[in-house]
Amino acid sequence: MKLAAALIALLALAFVPSLVGPYPLGLMIGILGYGILATAWALFSGPTRYISLATVAFFGLGAYTVAVLSETLPYPLVLLAAAAIGLVVALLVGLATLRLAGIYFVIFTFGLTELVRQLVTYYEVNVTRTLGRYVFLPFGPEHIYWQLLALLAATLAIAFWVRQSKIGLALRVIGDDPVVASHLGIRITRAKLTLFSISAVIMTLAGAIQAPRWTYIEPSIVFNPTTSFLVVIMALLGGPNRLFGPLLGAIPLFLLFEWLSANFPNHYSIILGLLFIAIVFVLPNGVLAAVDSVRARLTRKEASA
Amino acid sequence: MTNLSRRTVMQGLGVGAMATALAGLPVFAQDRTAIRIGYAISKTGANAAGAGITTTPNYLLWVDDVNKAGGIKLSKLGVTLPLEVTEYDDRSAAEETVRAIERLATQDNVDLILPTWGTGANLAAGPTFDRFGYPQLAATAVTDMAPQLAARWKHSFWMLGGGHDYANALVELLVKQRDAGTINNKVAIASVADGFGIDLSKAATPAFTEAGFELVYDKTYPLGTSDFAPIINEVSGLGADTFVAFSYPPDTFALTQQAVVADFSPKVFYLGVGTAFPIYPGIAGPNHNGVMGVGGIDPDSEAVAAYFERHIALNGQAPDSWASAITYASLEMLQQAIERVGDIDREAISAELSSGEFDTIIGKVKLVDNQLRSLWTVGQWQDGKFVGLAHTERDGSRDPVVPKPDWVPAT
Repeated sequence: MKLAAALIALLALAFVPSLVGPYPLGLMIGILGYGILATAWALFSGPTRYISLATVAFFGLGAYTVAVLSETLPYPLVLLAAAAIGLVVALLVGLATLRLAGIYFVIFTFGLTELVRQLVTYYEVNVTRTLGRYVFLPFGPEHIYWQLLALLAATLAIAFWVRQSKIGLALRVIGDDPVVASHLGIRITRAKLTLFSISAVIMTLAGAIQAPRWTYIEPSIVFNPTTSFLVVIMALLGGPNRLFGPLLGAIPLFLLFEWLSANFPNHYSIILGLLFIAIVFVLPNGVLAAVDSVRARLTRKEASA
Repeated sequence: MTNLSRRTVMQGLGVGAMATALAGLPVFAQDRTAIRIGYAISKTGANAAGAGITTTPNYLLWVDDVNKAGGIKLSKLGVTLPLEVTEYDDRSAAEETVRAIERLATQDNVDLILPTWGTGANLAAGPTFDRFGYPQLAATAVTDMAPQLAARWKHSFWMLGGGHDYANALVELLVKQRDAGTINNKVAIASVADGFGIDLSKAATPAFTEAGFELVYDKTYPLGTSDFAPIINEVSGLGADTFVAFSYPPDTFALTQQAVVADFSPKVFYLGVGTAFPIYPGIAGPNHNGVMGVGGIDPDSEAVAAYFERHIALNGQAPDSWASAITYASLEMLQQAIERVGDIDREAISAELSSGEFDTIIGKVKLVDNQLRSLWTVGQWQDGKFVGLAHTERDGSRDPVVPKPDWVPAT
């Protein structure tokens, strides 16, 4: 029943490009892009409570892969290559760092973005002597939209599956108390590594799919650390421990950013900063959790009345 | 308490969504009261400094100039209309740039769209300008791909040349100096490891070698480097009379200061983006005199002098001496193209831009395959002006001063 509803919703969304103009479609692309990143981020960071700021490192790798390979390989193979690169990097990084905890992990993942960016720059400057690559693929916005929609559906399906499966439970136990988890016989590192890799591959694909929209790619464009922060805020707003939480956080925030930059182009940063503070103070567990607690309070009131 | 705040937040979001939906009601031609100009410019983020010096002030100045003169005459409609501006912040992100243009073209239905600042952003915007048929006057994009881009996007106009133009002109100028015996055969090059630095060094390295120069130093440094002592110290011992840095603004200033501190005063001191900025003499003090860089202006042109005065009067700062005048000239071209067409017919305006000849502050301009090929390529600070030493089509406005004056030691 739920599956049927999800499929109908997906099908309906697939017709959006023929119904709306270019600008709403652009908005939808942005929402899907951030929705995917936030959902993928929460896939790993929600249950484990490891705040990762490496989102844009994978996102940028995906975009760069397309820029480098799009003229030599057919497009589906380019996407596969991007996924493979994302996976390899995630495994390497994960093996080295997932034993870190708390603030050390946050700082490491932030540094990782800069590391990847500098490595790509170093390679381009010293080996290929081109910085800035052109992506000329015959894709209009609707093609990018459909690909992103498919990726979002896949991401939500994976997130749904993880919640039902043993590995999801294992990760929640790890997030609650790693010591208890290891005493229960959970192979902590392997569980974390698996989810970190899945999440990273999705982020890489999100970058790869969106690259043709920008035509021109250089490290400062695709490895923009702001993206990582926005994704965290979106997931936190919606609630990282719920299936649709990150997506529901991404939608209002994305529209809000759009509205702010259109109507307050000169005060954007100030208003944004105030909003972030407000989110953390007013909705520390996310919108969905806040809705639940309000509902619980109402029922309690009714019960006592 | 929590409840109330949440409601307030949600109301805010609701208002936002409504405003977004209502913002794009169409404007009908018959009740046209203005020519509507839209632009998304980097007000925040990495590109904000460049946009704030070169692009935004010129857009403001042009709108002010046109409106003070009563507006633009649309002869076919029999009216003279003022300009009205819609501006957005693209936050220095390619994705925002693309979406802002989609919004300007389809929600705000503006008549014309002015591009954002920078090479990458203009390339990212190219397909979108093309899709909606808006002319794109890219006055701040330096790319060797310009011929291919102009062929691919018929409405795009590339006004600032490519890396080869600047690198080759520099080498040519230095060959003359070497053959005249004013400098030796050794050149040191430091380039920022980013788009501009790599583009120029890629063109300059083979050009120097072919011209018979010995490259005693040719390395890149990472974007964001703040300590240039190692580079300057290494280079100063190599005996090069010519130091070339294809640098970005913060580095351009830091390299100057470091060279003064280390008393490394080569006969030719050439820097990249930022040398032509009006703030450079303030940062370098008396040592700005004789420093060479990319760009330049004609110091004898009355039109340029008048433009500088108007720019300072409106914006409180001088324009830069490279892309600023070209940005303003591109807007003059747009205005003349509209007046010749006599209507807001974007196809016809693009065609006129592509084939017409225009009177601008940089002289008569006629594009070649949608590219401005008449450019100042090498400039030098002389008597408080960043004068053009080399031009793609005409003689230099001044002779180069080589060797440049020795540094005045920092106090």
